[in-house]
Amino acid sequence: MNLSLSALTALSALAFSFANVASPALADWPATLAAARGQTVYWNAWGGDERTNAFIRWVGQETDRLYGVKVEQVKLTDTAEAVTRVLAEKSAGQDQGGAVDMIWINGPNFLAMKQQGLLYGPFVADLPNAKYLDLGPTAAASVDFTVPVEGYESPWRLAKFVLVHDALRVPAPPGSMQDLALWAAENPGRFTHPAPSNFMGASFLKQALVELTPDPALLQAPANDATFAAATAPLWAWYDALRPNLWRAGETFPENQSVQQQMLNDGVLDIAMSFDPASTAAAIEQGLLPDTARVFVPRVGSIGNISFVAIPYNAANRDGALVVANFLLEPATQAHMQDITVLGSYSVLDPARLGADQAAAFAALPQAPALPGVAELGPVLPEPHASWMTRLTSEWARRYTQ
Amino acid sequence: MKTEGRTLRWAVLALVLVGLVAPIVAGLAQTARAAFGLMPAIGAETLSFAPWRRLAGLPGFASSLLLTLVTGFGATLLALVLAAGAVAALYRAEGRLRGQRALAPLLAVPHAALAIGLAFVIAPSGWLVRGLGPWVTGWDRPPDLALVNDPWGGALILGLLLKEVPFLLLMMASALTQLPVRAELAVGRALGYGRAAVWARVILPQLYPLIRLPVYVVLAFSLSVVDMALILGPSNPPTLAVAVTRWFTAPDTALILPASAAALLQAVLVVVGIALWALAERVVAVLGRHWLRRGGRGRAGRIGLWLAPLTVAVLVLLAMAALLALVLWSLAWRWPYPQMLPDSWSLRVWADADAGWGRALRNSATIGLATTTLSLALAIAWLEAEDRTARSTARAAANTRSKTRSKTGEATRSTAFRTRWASALIWLPLLLPQIGFLYGLNVVFLRLGLSGGLAAVIWAQMLFVFPYVMIALTDPWRALDPRLIRTAAALGAGPTRRLIAVKLPLLARPLLTAAAVGFGVSVAQYLPTLFMGAGRIATLTTEAVTLASGADRRVVGVYAVLQAALPFAAYALALAGPDLHRHLRRRRHPSQPGAAPP
Repeated sequence: MNLSLSALTALSALAFSFANVASPALADWPATLAAARGQTVYWNAWGGDERTNAFIRWVGQETDRLYGVKVEQVKLTDTAEAVTRVLAEKSAGQDQGGAVDMIWINGPNFLAMKQQGLLYGPFVADLPNAKYLDLGPTAAASVDFTVPVEGYESPWRLAKFVLVHDALRVPAPPGSMQDLALWAAENPGRFTHPAPSNFMGASFLKQALVELTPDPALLQAPANDATFAAATAPLWAWYDALRPNLWRAGETFPENQSVQQQMLNDGVLDIAMSFDPASTAAAIEQGLLPDTARVFVPRVGSIGNISFVAIPYNAANRDGALVVANFLLEPATQAHMQDITVLGSYSVLDPARLGADQAAAFAALPQAPALPGVAELGPVLPEPHASWMTRLTSEWARRYTQ
Repeated sequence: MKTEGRTLRWAVLALVLVGLVAPIVAGLAQTARAAFGLMPAIGAETLSFAPWRRLAGLPGFASSLLLTLVTGFGATLLALVLAAGAVAALYRAEGRLRGQRALAPLLAVPHAALAIGLAFVIAPSGWLVRGLGPWVTGWDRPPDLALVNDPWGGALILGLLLKEVPFLLLMMASALTQLPVRAELAVGRALGYGRAAVWARVILPQLYPLIRLPVYVVLAFSLSVVDMALILGPSNPPTLAVAVTRWFTAPDTALILPASAAALLQAVLVVVGIALWALAERVVAVLGRHWLRRGGRGRAGRIGLWLAPLTVAVLVLLAMAALLALVLWSLAWRWPYPQMLPDSWSLRVWADADAGWGRALRNSATIGLATTTLSLALAIAWLEAEDRTARSTARAAANTRSKTRSKTGEATRSTAFRTRWASALIWLPLLLPQIGFLYGLNVVFLRLGLSGGLAAVIWAQMLFVFPYVMIALTDPWRALDPRLIRTAAALGAGPTRRLIAVKLPLLARPLLTAAAVGFGVSVAQYLPTLFMGAGRIATLTTEAVTLASGADRRVVGVYAVLQAALPFAAYALALAGPDLHRHLRRRRHPSQPGAAPP
């Protein structure tokens, strides 16, 4: 069964690479490059992380040098701002020359834009560097929160849920969500999660749900009232026990994981979380966390997903955006991104598809004590269908908002 | 000549109507359509109350509403009481207050920068707790206390007070020039009333009507502030204005309908809030009259004479500490709890101007200069048009007034010919919550093909800059000695020459002050820049608020310091400008008699 599945994947990948050769758009790549020259791509991306902002600036310098395409980052406090903006343009009938050229996106925002027909595509298979991706139907880069990507967004960095602790204060961190609740009972006020209206807070609830629910397979299908009630009952019981021991008794929450990281740095919290396994090592490097901060993952593994870039249907600089999306998939770009002194985000490329030189660039990257190895990160658990996240956050708000 | 004045007047009015009022009305209309279920882009095409029902069912809606009322009315009432108490204690003479120089800079600092700094000062891991020291408190870790983002909005009220008390104090100081304070204090003393009693019984009742509109602005602002509430207010649930901003930007696009309903509700809330406040004024007036007739000499009020200025002094110190904290953070590398000062220092962020703050600074300065210049020109045109159409009436009125109270006479002379609705035009943008019409306005601008550019941002900011420039300029303009202008006319100078050669040079200082006020308002604008610039126009304020949601206080420090420094520099220039000019003239023409210092 396993064998046949991988054979199938290999076959479909093979079919894909043949399809690529035949694709007319790929043949048009020089035309895309020509049209893109001189364009400025307005990349709408969450702006709360200075390392990511610096990486995006670097991308802009490189694409300007190589292809004459400039990149301007539009810094968002929340990715949904970009969705709203494209929607406002659509309401005003502005179907061309839109202000948003490219969005760092995934999950519910992607689902919303795809459903409303706000995205350009499919385009991913037409990018020359798509040959380094595993685009099989079940591959991580082909589904976003179980929603099929279908070529409407291109991957650029890997994300996986991790917990962060100060090893000086918590030498033996809890290895499961049950243990975490016990630990919080012994250390009241020393742990919290970002507000579930934020992506990171919702992800924490999802991680707990995946660990605690009786039948995780249910989460891969869209939720309905019956499955939701049955699957989340243990989660709410667990959360009701945990909540009084959260920071400020669980009555208020940090806005996002960056604010939470600052609280860990200030010593307000002993355990925080991140969706980027390398962010802790990078934050130490930047002087934003104590040297003793370390990453740990629940024993059963943790949910992981991929960050994508998408292009709105009315983007003014579509060709430029395609060039930037392709540049992000360049093996040298991905290796630079994975460098702990740069961004430290894991590559989305399939190592099996890299040449020897390209693989060597990854092997030569510097190491850091707070940077977990792949083995320490444990298995990647699949994201529940996006409807679970939407229901989780609204049910949480209903239960715990005064 | 009279017809020419009238043409100018109508031209100015038409410009204000089309340029400033129409966008607001169009934006409100667009918001209202969505609030009642009409937004074709997301497939909403039936007129209904469904968005309102959805809004009422949103978790935390009732608490958000209550929180908004508590913080809005609480901050306004406290600010008014503190300012009234402090003005009585600090009044010196002729509209000058003791310590006034310490207050003016606080007006220049944008709300966001002050909030970011204050959050660090009062947070459990902040300066105050660090200052107490772990060896005193036993806190080797920051205590788990709700000192910022507290569920009752206390930190938000404190933050609002830092800005509003100085604003009201300076408004009161300038209004006091119209009252015979010295004489009334003397009479009061002779009749056996203490200083506090005279202020409470005689001066404040006369002063209040003169600062009523600024109080309404403070109330409207407190009820609808977004940036400060994001940083200092509670998050679960937040104030209504923050909740509306969140719903507008939620991934679930269907939320735009209830968000529009809430934005409309926010506007209604402000209107009803002001109406309630006005009603309360009546009640206080009736009760106050009874209290006056009892004729008590009121020794108890003396506590207020030192308590209020003391509180204001603490507020000023807090604000200074907040600004200092921003400067230190911008220079720090590692600054862990419980250190009072950073462990290590770095100029890394400052050195990297190309990385972002250089461009944001340029954008802020460009937009600020453009909006200020345009607003100033429009304000001068408006005031000049008023002068030209009303001169004959004014002359008649001025002749009948008693010469001894010329100042008060002047003030009434001019208010007599600005119709109420013309004033309302100026105050409208300040009294309506921005969130109520900005999203709708964005859609209108998009239809006109205007969004996403510098021009759209400048236009949108002018809605808020022009009123402040107008307010800052009106009183000095009217206080201009009419005899100088009459003399110029008698010497044969036409209206344009009188404006350029007499009025504007005489008004150099107020013009510069008004420009500085306008520039400060422009630099601080958050929502208009965010919505109209399509996020592409990064200013110091949009960057500072965005980065405030990130982890790096050092970067936030740089943006907030610059955000505070820019209007600061404008005020410094406005204050020093005329002196500098005089100084240069004196060096160039040493014998000129007009160059002698006053």
